[in-house]
Amino acid sequence: MSKENVLRVSDITMQFGGVVAVDDLSLEVNKGEIIGLIGPNGAGKTTAFNVITGVYAPTNGAVELNGEIIVENCPQGKMKTLYKGKNNGKYKDVKVLTPDKITKLGVARTFQNIRLFKGMSVFENVLVAMHMNLESGVFGAAFRSGKAKAEETAMREEAMRLLKMFGLEKNKDDLATSLPYGKQRHLEIARALATKPKLLLLDEPAAGMNPQESAELMHLVEKIRDEFDLSVLMIEHHMQVVMGICERIYVLDYGALIAQGNPEEIQNNPRVIEAYLGVDE
Amino acid sequence: MTELTKRNKSILSVIVCAVFLAAVYIGDMLVPPTSGMRMLFTVLEKGSVYALVAVSMNLLNGFTGLFSLGQAGFMLIGAYIYAIFSIPTAMRDSVYQYFEGGLIKFSVTENLGNALGTVMGDFGVMLGEHIGMIFLMLCAGILTAGVAALIGLPVLRLKSDYLAIATLGFAEILRAFFQWKAAGPITNSSNLLRSYTTYETPLFPVIAAGLCIAFIVLLINSSYGRAFKAIRDDEIAAEAMGVNLFKHKQMSFIISSFFAGLGGALLAMFQSSVASTPFTSNMTYEILLIVVIGGIGSVTGSIIGAYLFVACSEWWLRGLDSGAFLGISAGFMRPGFRKVVFAVIIMCIVLFYSRGIMGNKEFSWEGLVGFFKRIFSGKKKTSEKNHKTNTDKEKEAR
Ligand SMILES: Nc1ncnc2c1ncn2[C@@H]1O[C@H](COP(=O)(O)OP(=O)(O)OP(=O)(O)O)[C@@H](O)[C@H]1O
Ligand SMILES: [Mg+2]
Repeated sequence: MSKENVLRVSDITMQFGGVVAVDDLSLEVNKGEIIGLIGPNGAGKTTAFNVITGVYAPTNGAVELNGEIIVENCPQGKMKTLYKGKNNGKYKDVKVLTPDKITKLGVARTFQNIRLFKGMSVFENVLVAMHMNLESGVFGAAFRSGKAKAEETAMREEAMRLLKMFGLEKNKDDLATSLPYGKQRHLEIARALATKPKLLLLDEPAAGMNPQESAELMHLVEKIRDEFDLSVLMIEHHMQVVMGICERIYVLDYGALIAQGNPEEIQNNPRVIEAYLGVDE
Repeated sequence: MTELTKRNKSILSVIVCAVFLAAVYIGDMLVPPTSGMRMLFTVLEKGSVYALVAVSMNLLNGFTGLFSLGQAGFMLIGAYIYAIFSIPTAMRDSVYQYFEGGLIKFSVTENLGNALGTVMGDFGVMLGEHIGMIFLMLCAGILTAGVAALIGLPVLRLKSDYLAIATLGFAEILRAFFQWKAAGPITNSSNLLRSYTTYETPLFPVIAAGLCIAFIVLLINSSYGRAFKAIRDDEIAAEAMGVNLFKHKQMSFIISSFFAGLGGALLAMFQSSVASTPFTSNMTYEILLIVVIGGIGSVTGSIIGAYLFVACSEWWLRGLDSGAFLGISAGFMRPGFRKVVFAVIIMCIVLFYSRGIMGNKEFSWEGLVGFFKRIFSGKKKTSEKNHKTNTDKEKEAR
């Protein structure tokens, strides 16, 4: 059975000067999969997300989305001497799409330290994420042309549908930051879904949740995957969540991939146990 | 409480606007030119211009989160474009006396007035002149927007503080350019531009500013306005949600400059003479002050702030400079004292209303009704308490 590939990260190295945050990372996400990315604090997980979404240009390596290269880079300028990876010369092109372009191509994300739009209502937060597909120009939108009105109505209906799905419809007009923590995390996911992604990147969606809430979150993620027909790559520290829903798991330590496999393999992998115990003590 | 339906509210708004405009029109005809009440109309006219410019600055600073300080520079362009192209041909020799009558030998307003005058008589002259004025105001806006587009290209890629410095510097360079001898045949160098066509009724600036502000409000309430606010709140998140940062910053910058330029043209009309000297960073700070006093992120606030600011500086506090204020006269009330009092008032506002008069709220009929109810039922204290806890909560969230 051959699976349709959605995301392919190849030999990504991300250096901040001499600091190697991500070290030769390669990973794949296929259609419909829920994949875990775990590792101790500071392992480079969030940095990997930032490279995939175009926030940072990697020092070296490439990222493909549905077979199309969205990010590619090789060491430039002073990074030529600072580069500590092993793939010098393998990548030649320089192509780094800006985050909004990558989002438009179908990658949506949430943030580890929630980044909702503070001064806007819950409803508006979701509406913003649909702005990129607006066809009306500024004048059409400002003067409420027929087309703009129709588009606005459609956006509002869609946003309402998403809010209902996450049980946020009653908080519609509240300020996003006035929501309790758990609901803010839900709103971030709803907002990400509003961009109509093919790939959803979740950065610690269960952080700060109690076991019951994280169990609910697990079902929610599975439900989203099925209903929106997308793939999920998720960073998570709650092992119960990761082991419960991820088909495959990648483990990072000091930026490098130390293990990959299904939950059972990962749980019994001595290097993983060592990396985690080494940190916990 | 009786609920106001959307329809009723719009009817109410239209009636209030119509009554207000009628009152201005009639008042203008009844109040003789010598009466002290003429100040009311001065404040109304200048206040409207400042309101427009403040709202346009708020669009950029308050709604898009771009801290730009180029407002005076953009107004300068608008004011000059309007003035240069509306000085009647006959007056050009005396206005441009040091530059042999200047380079430009026509007046848009005069030509249009004459053209329509030959067909329709006196009414045609008036109509033609007004069409010319509106046309020139739009030109002023468009050209200013064009200049903004050019400087936006490099400047908008800068981070916020640098943007402020760059725009401030740009405005100063622009002022120097307009005073430059070599540009004299067009700009009249540092001499006054005067005798150009202006409006006759205070209704003109009020309506013009009102329409422009209405457009800005519609824009802010559209999907584009939401994108602007998203950029203001969190650039990284906005970009991750597919908002093209540069495109939207550029858009906001250009639209804001368009209205600053148009506001400059209105200011030129209000003053009936223009020189580049007053368009300093000081003027930008005045407008910034209005925005801050009114509330960053509130159009209503900017409008209220503009009228209050103009009324204080042009009218209510004038007595402080001339030695008699509210029946009190004292030796320390010398020219300049007004500014001291003004500064103290502003400090008080900033200290006790740190988020401005309106915060980031807008006018609504419900809000107004609620406001009066609170005053009459004496429940003001509790509501203030609520307000405090709310702002505290917001602070914590940050
Ligand atoms: N912009 C930056 N400049 C310099 N160093 C950075 C930058 N961003 C991340 N780093 C470094 O890269 C390393 C990996 O950070 P990252 O945030 O990706 O870790 P993480 O795996 O997400 O950890 P956590 O579980 O705590 O979220 C850290 O050592 C961090 O200090
Ligand atoms: Mg992280």
